[in-house]
Amino acid sequence: MAVEKLFKDEATEEKGERARMASFVGAMAIADLVKTTLGPKGMDKILQSTGRGHSVTVTNDGATILKSLHIDNPAAKVLIDISKVQDDEVGDGTTSVVVLAGELLREAEKLVGSKIHPMTIISGYRMASDCARKALLDRVKDNKDNAEKFRSDLMRIAMTTLSSKILSQDKEHFAKLAVDAVMRLKGSTNLESIQIIKKAGGSLKDSFLDEGFILDKKIGLGQPKRIENANILVANTAMDTDKVKIYGARVRVDSMAKVAQIEGAEKEKMREKVQKIIGHGINCFVNRQLIYNFPEELFADAGILAIEHADFDGIERLALVTGGEIASTFDNPESVKLGHCKLIEEIMIGEDKLIHFSGVEMGQACTIVLRGASFHVLDEAERSLHDALCVLSQTVNDSRVLLGGGWPEMVMAKAVDELARKTPGKKSHAIEAFSRALIAIPTTIADNAGLDSAELVAQLRAEHHKEESNAGIDVITGSVGDMSALGISEAFKVKQAVLLSATEAAEMILRVDEIITCAPRKREDRM
Amino acid sequence: MALAFDEYGRPFIILREQESKSRLRGIDAQKANIAAGVAVSRILRTSLGPKGMDKMLQSPDGDITITNDGATILEQMDVDNQIGKLMVELSRSQDYEIGDGTTGVVVMAGALLEQAEKLLERGIHPIRVAEGFEISSRIAVDHLEKIAHKFDFSATNIEPLVQTCMTTLSSKIVNRCKRSLAEIAVKSVMAVADLERKDVNLDLIKVEGKVGGKLEDTELIYGIIVDKDMSHPQMPKQIEDAKIAILTCPFEPPKPKTKHKVDIDTVEKFQTLRKQEQKYFDDMVQKCKDVGATLVICQWGFDDEANHLLMHRNLPAVRWVGGVELELIAIATGGRIVPRFQELTPEKLGKAGLVREKAFGTTKDRMLYIEHCANSKAVTVFIRGGNKMMIEETKRSIHDALCVARNLIRNNSIVYGGGAAEISCSIAVEAAADKYPGVEQYAIRAFADALDSVPMALAENSGLSPIETLSAVKAQQIKENNHCCGIDCNDTGTNDMREQNVFETLIGKQQQILLATQVVKMILKIDDVISPSEY
Repeated sequence: MAVEKLFKDEATEEKGERARMASFVGAMAIADLVKTTLGPKGMDKILQSTGRGHSVTVTNDGATILKSLHIDNPAAKVLIDISKVQDDEVGDGTTSVVVLAGELLREAEKLVGSKIHPMTIISGYRMASDCARKALLDRVKDNKDNAEKFRSDLMRIAMTTLSSKILSQDKEHFAKLAVDAVMRLKGSTNLESIQIIKKAGGSLKDSFLDEGFILDKKIGLGQPKRIENANILVANTAMDTDKVKIYGARVRVDSMAKVAQIEGAEKEKMREKVQKIIGHGINCFVNRQLIYNFPEELFADAGILAIEHADFDGIERLALVTGGEIASTFDNPESVKLGHCKLIEEIMIGEDKLIHFSGVEMGQACTIVLRGASFHVLDEAERSLHDALCVLSQTVNDSRVLLGGGWPEMVMAKAVDELARKTPGKKSHAIEAFSRALIAIPTTIADNAGLDSAELVAQLRAEHHKEESNAGIDVITGSVGDMSALGISEAFKVKQAVLLSATEAAEMILRVDEIITCAPRKREDRM
Repeated sequence: MALAFDEYGRPFIILREQESKSRLRGIDAQKANIAAGVAVSRILRTSLGPKGMDKMLQSPDGDITITNDGATILEQMDVDNQIGKLMVELSRSQDYEIGDGTTGVVVMAGALLEQAEKLLERGIHPIRVAEGFEISSRIAVDHLEKIAHKFDFSATNIEPLVQTCMTTLSSKIVNRCKRSLAEIAVKSVMAVADLERKDVNLDLIKVEGKVGGKLEDTELIYGIIVDKDMSHPQMPKQIEDAKIAILTCPFEPPKPKTKHKVDIDTVEKFQTLRKQEQKYFDDMVQKCKDVGATLVICQWGFDDEANHLLMHRNLPAVRWVGGVELELIAIATGGRIVPRFQELTPEKLGKAGLVREKAFGTTKDRMLYIEHCANSKAVTVFIRGGNKMMIEETKRSIHDALCVARNLIRNNSIVYGGGAAEISCSIAVEAAADKYPGVEQYAIRAFADALDSVPMALAENSGLSPIETLSAVKAQQIKENNHCCGIDCNDTGTNDMREQNVFETLIGKQQQILLATQVVKMILKIDDVISPSEY
């Protein structure tokens, strides 16, 4: 009867078991996809874009991998979304969150198979995640008051984060870079003031942190290459021809002579503007927009270093470091704040010339110059460093620290297991399942490192049965080791975010019992 | 039938192109319609109640929505069937009118249709069935009025309101922190409510969401949040005792609507024009400064030059603020929206105790908080959550809770939830049925049965055996003459809804029954469906 045509053509509907199956399968497929990248011995993935040029990315970063997937499965999209949020919010743990959510769903599938209602599973998961969080809170360390210890905490976190990335060979070097950079921010989480410049060539070890500021621009012709005690005016103004902004204005002339006159007036106007700028008593002028040849020449005549076309972020950072303000009008030279720095010079990195501002007033911003063999390496290095910076900057604000190497998961699993034993009713099955899902993370880390995961995890479990154990998986030696002695730490904030968003996502997918897919919007054929 | 003959025996066509139209008539049409309606309601049936499941909807663009809200599910479902669309409308009107119970109303309508089908099979005329339903819906509504409780709340005692909102929220995914969300909803409604007139303008409550953090971080802000940042990166991030100029004119030279041209033909003209232009910018900023504004909020963007001038004169500014937000800011700060610089006066400025910019996460997301406003009658509920879908769903849930709180302020009568009200009505309708002579009696009995289906669905979704539970509760209601007995969905051990604190609003329930009956009546009256056949 008419019921068959309830929906529009091509719209589909999945019900009950089938819907649940579809979402479980989709979510687990995604989790399995990124699973192999987890941990210090995780593998990378090559992503080829479908766009023009089929550009290739090699990465280990969960969020980056998932972002570039074209997924049709709705449940898989939920997982991608949480990974993206994890990236935005704390920057690291993007793989862990997906793997954990996938494991939670895998366990849930088994429970559903043994006829336990999804709602019961959800309430069990909730209790378990609360309990796990409490267990973590009990074991956090906070070294905020002790500056030296805090710094070493940061170093450890940075090294742990970096160890799973391409930078693991030089992790100490990069960890130091990242910690230095973040400490300069003095508690702000604004990572914009850390500039990362990538220059192909050299090796990763040659990367360095520069206390000053480096602008990837060339100095105009005939202008001084080196300025000491520079007064810098940072500007965002048109230095080509100044357009008349009054609406509807246009030039209407009736003879060639007039054209010449107007042109003269235009030039005069520009000259005036340049004069005004020079009147600020500056010897360096940085503009966001283009500077045409004519004003450039004028600047050169006045012995002023003029830099054109700095990008917006660059301008903002420059203003930040030199303490100047971004100016657009130049009528009141006395009240414009100028930026200062000790020395501006042109430096060479590899084959490129860059402008280096050193001895800046405000030490908040800094530049990290990355060197590496190829663009792919550099891109990946940047992503890894970004992860580390994110985690560090979050840790500066929330200084609670946990051990790494599967330690937090084992602590949580132990607490959750105990809860399961105390809970009456069907929920206890779900709580047990939660602890199994947590243990899956150290298992995966061991598996990825080519170790005997079953053996190791069992050992770990036994170790954790003792009170106050610091045991975790030591991937390097392939055995169970003391994490605090090995110096492997993770930020509490990251772990908490992983736990909460993974549970939330699993819960969301579990609650679904019907998937309705609308007919895909018809794309107009552009061919 | 599509062909008739005139008195000379010549055929003429009444309905053209028979083969390209499909047509259903009489009992077939009614059955087809009923089947469609029932199919829609069956989709929603599993979403009912605290243990109801969610639906995942994929939009034509591939976006995912996960929701439990009946109105949202139906709206995004891409229904093509005409009767299906009627059901969608039904749920939408419940959403507009009441804001909550959108799933319940569809389930109710579906149950009524199922009952109607049985009656039709017995050969009862659809109109008689419709009339019977009409009579019984009136009985049910009157009965609800009788069993409703008034409860007292005041600005200081909001506990009863919170309890009711919690009932609404318990069926959503956010039930993890229903308590805090219910409190937020009630507090925000109380903040904007006009208790004298018993009215609440929900437009004054803005619900904003930002991905990240956790649900527990959701907060109520007595002020406005704007998803914008200061126009110039070096402007102060925090302003105390701000005087806000709210502008809808751009910081640009004027653009007359009439077409005009300014011709430049001499050097002098070129230069005067330039001066003029500079003066414009200067004047504009000066005017804002003159009236004493310490913050400019502008609907339009402004030029680099104006931006710098503002920065220079120490006048922080926010650009590209949307119209709705602008209005809210104006209401909250007690300012006036000023369309022209010339009309700026000190009285038209809005006042806020604190304006601050707050950054989130590792990306450069920033938001502007405007707090301690002169007129605190505009509040913002700021939702945080693990992912986008969660935020969207929380927004919908909060909306429902807000609506419930508003309805209670308008009319503080409540009935008991958990199916208690439906069971009680069903008993009343059943009892009344015997008094009606004629065929309607059957329809009225059927109506009573249909009312039972809501608690039945609740029990089913909660994993209880539906018929057993329902009959037990019904017997208890009659025996103890206690209309607070409902389905114990949360397995708390008691089915007295008074103890469980499960309330619903009276108007919500009444509206559900009335709307459902109306739609069913409409569907029953259709006896001919003509649609273009597929091609």
